[in-house]
Amino acid sequence: MTRVVLPYHLKSLAKVDGEVEVEARTVSEVLDALEAAHPVLRGTMRDAAGKRRPFVRFFACQEDISHTSYDEALPALVLAGSEPLLVIGAMAGG
Amino acid sequence: MAGVRVLVGTRKGAFVLTSDEGRRDWKIEGPHFAGWEIYHVAGSPIDPDRIWASQSGGWFGQVMQHSKDGGQTWDAVGNDFSYATQAGTHQHYDGTLKPWVFNRVWHIEPSLTDVDTVYAGVEDAALFKSTDSGTTWNELTALREHGTGPEWQPGAGGLCLHTILLHPTDENRIFTAISAAGAFRSDDGGGSWLPINKGLLSGEIPQQEAEVGHCVHKIAMHPDRPDTLFMQKHWDVMRSDNAGDQWVDVGGDLPTDFGFAIDVHAHEPETVYVVPITSDYLHVAHEGRLRVYRSRTGGNEWEPLTKGLPQEHCYVNVLRDAMAVDKLDECGVYFGTTGGQVYASPDGGDTWDAIVRDLPAVLSVEVQTLA
Repeated sequence: MTRVVLPYHLKSLAKVDGEVEVEARTVSEVLDALEAAHPVLRGTMRDAAGKRRPFVRFFACQEDISHTSYDEALPALVLAGSEPLLVIGAMAGG
Repeated sequence: MAGVRVLVGTRKGAFVLTSDEGRRDWKIEGPHFAGWEIYHVAGSPIDPDRIWASQSGGWFGQVMQHSKDGGQTWDAVGNDFSYATQAGTHQHYDGTLKPWVFNRVWHIEPSLTDVDTVYAGVEDAALFKSTDSGTTWNELTALREHGTGPEWQPGAGGLCLHTILLHPTDENRIFTAISAAGAFRSDDGGGSWLPINKGLLSGEIPQQEAEVGHCVHKIAMHPDRPDTLFMQKHWDVMRSDNAGDQWVDVGGDLPTDFGFAIDVHAHEPETVYVVPITSDYLHVAHEGRLRVYRSRTGGNEWEPLTKGLPQEHCYVNVLRDAMAVDKLDECGVYFGTTGGQVYASPDGGDTWDAIVRDLPAVLSVEVQTLA
């Protein structure tokens, strides 16, 4: 299982605490699985056309993977469940 | 229990304020959707327990919420506001062309006749309609595709469709207003639209009497006289008695006719309320005094209403959707400020008291009169 950490507002929307676990090997699959399990998240991380929202970023293993292909396999440590995929609201609050 | 429910949208969540008919003792619930911008919360005139809220933010986009129990519990509904046809371009602030991009829902207008039908006005300006309580949204494309669209430009808040007025007896007649495009009327349920801006004069556009481009801030209507409309424009308070075909200036003796909010007394179609704001460069209460002005003559002659409102050192704004009236026998008037106060007058504006003083900046205020 892939562990996912959602930001505060998305946890509130999805009504979940802590980490979420999904069956997924890529960012695309993570988003598909999250949206399937929590339809309220549709449109919050990527728009209706599938484009990542500008203030959303994806971090894994201390790397920003927001700009890599979302069909690439996630880092091995994430796939192994040792590290989570972090969904981050960009630091834009001032 | 007869009373009122005030639905408040703020920069950081929604609040529900309830009171009995006396409107002196209030119960305050919230924040709902804490941390999100709640541009508008509106209830069905058919079933007041059916309420919709527009929840949005810069990080995670648009969410629409729906309550079936008067705001006690909420469920997210559809949030796909994709334009139904090629989006095209409108003017940007500097006059260059900019593609139409959905940003947020500014205004929600539940149907007067069908409890599952609700309209949404969005930025960049377009009108959407749902017939399944908000599960799915379909754009009424004729408005955005109006031939004048490339001449529309954003106001300070964006190119927003902020006003939707539904005719009380003719389902096909809809009024909308867009900042900064102007007012539009449909006589065929949104299938086509007519700009209704004759008589408006705007010094902020090259041709002051242009067909479109006017920064209309809000329009209000009394349901007993649906051909009479009152408008708070960027500058100027205007009136039309022929469904927008022609407007006349009724700012009269107002100390300044800049402002955002406007509304009409629930039982007196010629009694109108505005909150004068200093100017287009100074979006604060005029002279540091928070005054509602009331006209009992449909405009031109205005009286300041100040009892219970701060009359010195007050520099808040009252935004376009942040004023409303109730329908109790003695009409109540309500407004919210960017300083987080929500004021209520249970006597038509004669006296005021703050229901609550320290909310986040208030974006919208709606009132439901409960049987």
